[in-house]
Amino acid sequence: MSKKTLLLGDEALALGALHAGLSGVYAYPGTPSTEITEFIQAHPLTKERNIHCQWSCNEKTAMEAALGASYAGKRAMVCMKHVGMNVCADCFVNSAMTGSNGGLVVVACDDPSMHSSQNEQDSRFYADFAMVPCLEPSSQQEAYDMVRFAFDYSEKYSTPVLMRLTTRMAHSRSVVEVKEAREQNPLSNPTDPRRWILLPANARVRNQQVIKQLEQYEEDPSALEHNKIYEGGEKAQMGIIASGIGWNYLMENIVGKIPFPVLKITQYPIPKKLIKEMADTCSTLLVVEEGQPFIEQRLRGYLPQSVTIKGRLDGTLPRTGELTPDILRKALGLKMKEACSKSDVALPRPPALCMGCGHRDFYTALNNVIKNYPTAKVFSDIGCYTLGALAPFHAINSCVDMGASITMAIGASESGLHPSVAVIGDSTFTHSGMTGLLDAVNMNANITVCISDNLTTGMTGGQDSAAFGRIENICLGIGVEKEHIRLIVPLPKNYAEMEETIRQEIEYNGVSVVVCRRECIQTAKRHLKKENKK
Amino acid sequence: MKKDIILSGVGGQGILSIATVIGWAAINNSLYIKQAEVHGMSQRGGDVQSNLRLSSTPIFSDLIPEGECGLIISMEPMEALRYLPYLQKGGWIVTNSAPFVNIPVYPEIEKIKEALQKDANVIFVDSDKVAKENMAPLSSNMVLLGAAAKYIEILDIEKIKEGIRNVFARKGEKIVEDNIRAFEAGLKCSETK
Repeated sequence: MSKKTLLLGDEALALGALHAGLSGVYAYPGTPSTEITEFIQAHPLTKERNIHCQWSCNEKTAMEAALGASYAGKRAMVCMKHVGMNVCADCFVNSAMTGSNGGLVVVACDDPSMHSSQNEQDSRFYADFAMVPCLEPSSQQEAYDMVRFAFDYSEKYSTPVLMRLTTRMAHSRSVVEVKEAREQNPLSNPTDPRRWILLPANARVRNQQVIKQLEQYEEDPSALEHNKIYEGGEKAQMGIIASGIGWNYLMENIVGKIPFPVLKITQYPIPKKLIKEMADTCSTLLVVEEGQPFIEQRLRGYLPQSVTIKGRLDGTLPRTGELTPDILRKALGLKMKEACSKSDVALPRPPALCMGCGHRDFYTALNNVIKNYPTAKVFSDIGCYTLGALAPFHAINSCVDMGASITMAIGASESGLHPSVAVIGDSTFTHSGMTGLLDAVNMNANITVCISDNLTTGMTGGQDSAAFGRIENICLGIGVEKEHIRLIVPLPKNYAEMEETIRQEIEYNGVSVVVCRRECIQTAKRHLKKENKK
Repeated sequence: MKKDIILSGVGGQGILSIATVIGWAAINNSLYIKQAEVHGMSQRGGDVQSNLRLSSTPIFSDLIPEGECGLIISMEPMEALRYLPYLQKGGWIVTNSAPFVNIPVYPEIEKIKEALQKDANVIFVDSDKVAKENMAPLSSNMVLLGAAAKYIEILDIEKIKEGIRNVFARKGEKIVEDNIRAFEAGLKCSETK
């Protein structure tokens, strides 16, 4: 019997994976993907079936562990935000070469408009580049249904499958009809053990197979089910190609019968035959896709010059940012609805560090020390503490990628910049900061690394941090001298001591680590509530 | 029949609880629903909003198009202003009248009220105060939902109340009663307007 429940796109995908016989989810938190793993962690079936759901150190370790689970015949899923794809790219691209044994689904949640991200990269390019099939659901129901299909498809073709969500899909709720849960896979050995050893001789053979499979994907019956032409408008000059959430915005603007043919793309590789079919009847094709102009760029290679291609590249749709139903409405030349007029009275309310947050006290102390060093630069990292860039702190000079604080400080210091200070969070440190610290130790770089440790992964809502209780030992093990691993507690009453410690370590010519430790006030509040309940 | 609602406020004011209650009521009334919300960095003390779409026929877009929203429910007066271009001319705004000031320069409240009332029908409720008066200081959001209830139209008021009982049930009877009391106090606020 089917059951209906109200779920976020992320949650629908998570439940679909659980019901598809998932044995493990491997992930590092990142907006807008975090809720997938959190949903699995909280679901009763996870406990009942002993499904792996603990956070990984980073997206690369997550991807590799999932590939190992797939090797053992189990169904595994990896989840991350789009920039996480960069971190796991080495394994992701090579997993296309090894192929999968148990179903392997990689979920990338893209963040066009950069609500919580550094860039707008579109994960479909990764699928294309790695020659991996990609699915892009348009609704929560499709997210639920398609992840199950993705596992089956992965096992049918022994390939990882990429599922791409975008912010509005990930963080929007709708009613989902769910099915019975499938059993988990038993342990099994891969049928072709050689392709898992990517020595050049093996990889060359496998490369040919992967390329051949690309054609089979287009011929697979599922491709015709997931990519469909909706006929409309007998003599329409223009046709529309829409994918993902772009399809929703298009349909929102259509009342009654569709006035032009529409090709909905949900499954990649791009269906070349269907596109040629569209081009045979339409002299103009408008491409409506969320993210970067992936389909649009590819079309230019498939179609004759005589077909006009419209989309994000010719200015019909904006080159950057999320689509909206209103952007589509304008592009279709439809009249805008009458609305209240815009007011300029409202002022921006930018995000800020919480009142009482330890990062605040840390930045206050750091600023007090740094002001005596006019040439100092502070290289920061990804997390809540990036908000130290804003008023009233203006405390940091860079934020690039996970772990870049330490390594950029090394490069700057070696180039003669002094003092060179790195600011990194606890979870970011174990994600990608540790190897950089080893570089610093080996080079005896003159840098001061401040680990602002709030005992959690704060920015994404307080997930467990892999660094918990380990930071000093990690730094010691990497080779930082014991007397230059200092601990401070970020509280206003400690400013004098904090400043003195930071100053001493800046003055020290070599690698020093200042651990600045106080629990995130959000998780502290939650823990207090739990305590009081007991 | 359909109703598009924008919920707005500042992170932590409880707009997602309002959305969850309305969502429960909608599902248990066999309506189609889509509810888009904001998570992540944009939440830290910044503005938050949720697009809530209810309809007796299928809904395509997760976002509400400009000029289609019939009701803005806002936990903060300045936050309601941001979404005016989405509100139908003559649409309704039910907003908490108490400003949440966490920015260095905050506009004059009279200017905000004037701008809100320019093209829309506005109900101001001091929901923080009403919640305190009703010994439910943490339920300001349910006061506001109560005040907005009759403008939701597509849902019975009793169904929304049932939603509150179900959504807060796991937090215990006292929390349920506080929220129901707050909701009813809110209902009275809009009756007297």
